Amino acid sequence: MKKVLAVTLFYLSFPFLAKAQEMNKFGAGEIHGNFQMMAQNYLVDSTIGAKEVSEKIRMNSFANLNYINGNFKAGMRYESYEKALLGFDPRYNGSDITYRYATYTNDDLEFTIGNYYEQFGSGLIFRSYEERGLGIDNAMDGIRVKYKPTAGVYLKSVIGKQRFYFAKGEGIVRGLDAEFNLNEILSTFLPEFNPEKARYTYILGGSMVGKYQADNDPIRILPENVAAFAGRFNFISDKFNFYTEYAYKINDPSLTNGFIYKKGEALFVSANYSIKGFSLSASAKRVDNMDFRSDRNADVNNLTMSFLPAISKQHTYALPAFYPYATQPLGEIGEQFELSYNFKKGSMLGGKYGTLFTVNFSNANNLDTTQTGNEQGYTAAFFTKGDILLYSDLNFEVVKKISPKLKTTYTYMYQVFNKDKVQNVSGYGTVFAHIAVFEMQYKINSKKTFRAELQSMRTKQDFGDWAVALAEYTVSPHWFFAALDQYNYGNAIVEKRAHYYSGSFGYTKNATRFIVGYGKQREGFLCVGGVCRLIPASYGLSLSISSTF
Amino acid sequence: MKAKKITLLFLFICALLSVNAQNKIPAVNVKTIDGATFNTANMVNDGKPIIIDFWATWCKPCVQELTAIADLYEDWQKVTGVKIYAVSIDDARNSARVKPFVNTRGWEYEILLDPNADLKRALNVGDIPHTFLINGKGEIIYQHAGYAPGDENELYEKLLGCINPEVK
Repeated sequence: MKKVLAVTLFYLSFPFLAKAQEMNKFGAGEIHGNFQMMAQNYLVDSTIGAKEVSEKIRMNSFANLNYINGNFKAGMRYESYEKALLGFDPRYNGSDITYRYATYTNDDLEFTIGNYYEQFGSGLIFRSYEERGLGIDNAMDGIRVKYKPTAGVYLKSVIGKQRFYFAKGEGIVRGLDAEFNLNEILSTFLPEFNPEKARYTYILGGSMVGKYQADNDPIRILPENVAAFAGRFNFISDKFNFYTEYAYKINDPSLTNGFIYKKGEALFVSANYSIKGFSLSASAKRVDNMDFRSDRNADVNNLTMSFLPAISKQHTYALPAFYPYATQPLGEIGEQFELSYNFKKGSMLGGKYGTLFTVNFSNANNLDTTQTGNEQGYTAAFFTKGDILLYSDLNFEVVKKISPKLKTTYTYMYQVFNKDKVQNVSGYGTVFAHIAVFEMQYKINSKKTFRAELQSMRTKQDFGDWAVALAEYTVSPHWFFAALDQYNYGNAIVEKRAHYYSGSFGYTKNATRFIVGYGKQREGFLCVGGVCRLIPASYGLSLSISSTF
Repeated sequence: MKAKKITLLFLFICALLSVNAQNKIPAVNVKTIDGATFNTANMVNDGKPIIIDFWATWCKPCVQELTAIADLYEDWQKVTGVKIYAVSIDDARNSARVKPFVNTRGWEYEILLDPNADLKRALNVGDIPHTFLINGKGEIIYQHAGYAPGDENELYEKLLGCINPEVK
């Protein structure tokens, strides 16, 4: 009760704070926010496997409200899933305020109470983030302090618990991060040195994260405190960029690693060189027993602290994205290369309007491990790869503008996808696929544009061959109309050679959008950023509304 | 618990009543393409307009929009003095790709990195692309979600309108 009272008094004081600020000539505050809803009606279709949904209609929606007044910010989010759309975890069913915070910034000090999102370095040992469309939200609830003691030194500390659907995870997360921009630090000693004009920039960083969770296991002795450490270095010049980060975690027996007591580690290295019209980049990653969560019993996308996205190229067309790779946090080693060249206007290959050419290759294998037969689980060689290929893709893309009105894109990709290992299933084996995509965009006039995509995937495995056709007509600035058909013509089971057709149209005015769709959605992975979610097959009418104010 | 939530709602109703219409860019730390920490309170352009465009390397319509504007940017700058901040929300998977991506295409925008979506959240952006137009006084006067070819013309009209209020 005391807690409720204290919280009540605290929140009640906001409007008065706001009024005080107003009198101090900071001006009145501002309220902004956004609203989004997605409703879907579900019909049955046995060919595509769309099952009956007893509610017939389901809806996900949320609204954010943010209040800003000078150095003070506060806000909240209300979420409602009545009930959650298919593909979302049923633990989301319900409605509540899931996010609320207050932040005060005073020159170089900033503190936040309540919920917040934060990331240390590239997120190897700590990233709290949201991907609303995927139902991922591991927001922290607690305290965060950021402090800049002197130029070039950035400190962050966090403490709290992570969101778990409409509740909080059991583990307490504590973390510290320090980043040093050596150029900015140097400028405090050498006033004539301007960090913005320096030829080279050096940035160092380090972080420490710990979680506490009581050991209630009747048999095992589990570490109640698990610590992880990470260090990073970034070198930047006009043309060259080098980044590396290494993370280490002490023993952390968990559901996902099978309760082994091995330490974990991760190494990420990336380098690129680019000048106007040309770039070359390479990256490599090694992950070993690095699934780090604030609850040792959590699985899927729940309560994650480590963020370990795949390094392969993120494909956007439907068929190249059909088999998306996801990092195997328990162990993988891989690399990625990309070369991109823009043939100048007027050159032989550039033609009248230039041609953009990109080739990309990526690869991921398991680790070279030896089972130890004890509580350590296994040992892994650091530099050698295991002999199981998890994923590989080689792709070429050419973007060619033919005239001011007509633009074309050609893509070819060869992909190897170890479905059993990546999706943790059995009996599917590895998929080998050839994929080609042709896209054309024709500008009818300054407002009207027609765009079409033709895609083909040839494979003998899994669902077999697919073809996709898309036509889209847009009228700027308000309207779009689209029709899509995905045809599984090569399915080994003849009855499953289905057409997944759909149509949609939308209206946009400023920052408000309405989209209405009707049709069949195939079962598949929906990916945003580096994370994917399995969407079951569905058939029906959908409506989405989003607005920012 | 219930009491806490009701008071929260009450707070926002109170705050709503005392709000005025000005509309500034919130101060949030992001990174420049050269790794430096950049506070968005420092988004200034000598009293001339600013455009903020949220994008990502994997977002097709975003790349379409920035490619279309890239061809016009020099002219827009000559006429209006506008400065464009292209804020990439690519996370750790792709953030190292941003600089080569931009250089290959020869984009001349000010590129900012917002890998954990802090600025995106502060400006209440949902799906990308999302574009903001800020006048010389630092006020957001127009925003647009999504992109269809030709939308850049509407943006340019609004841009002209904000440097010379008599032109619509």
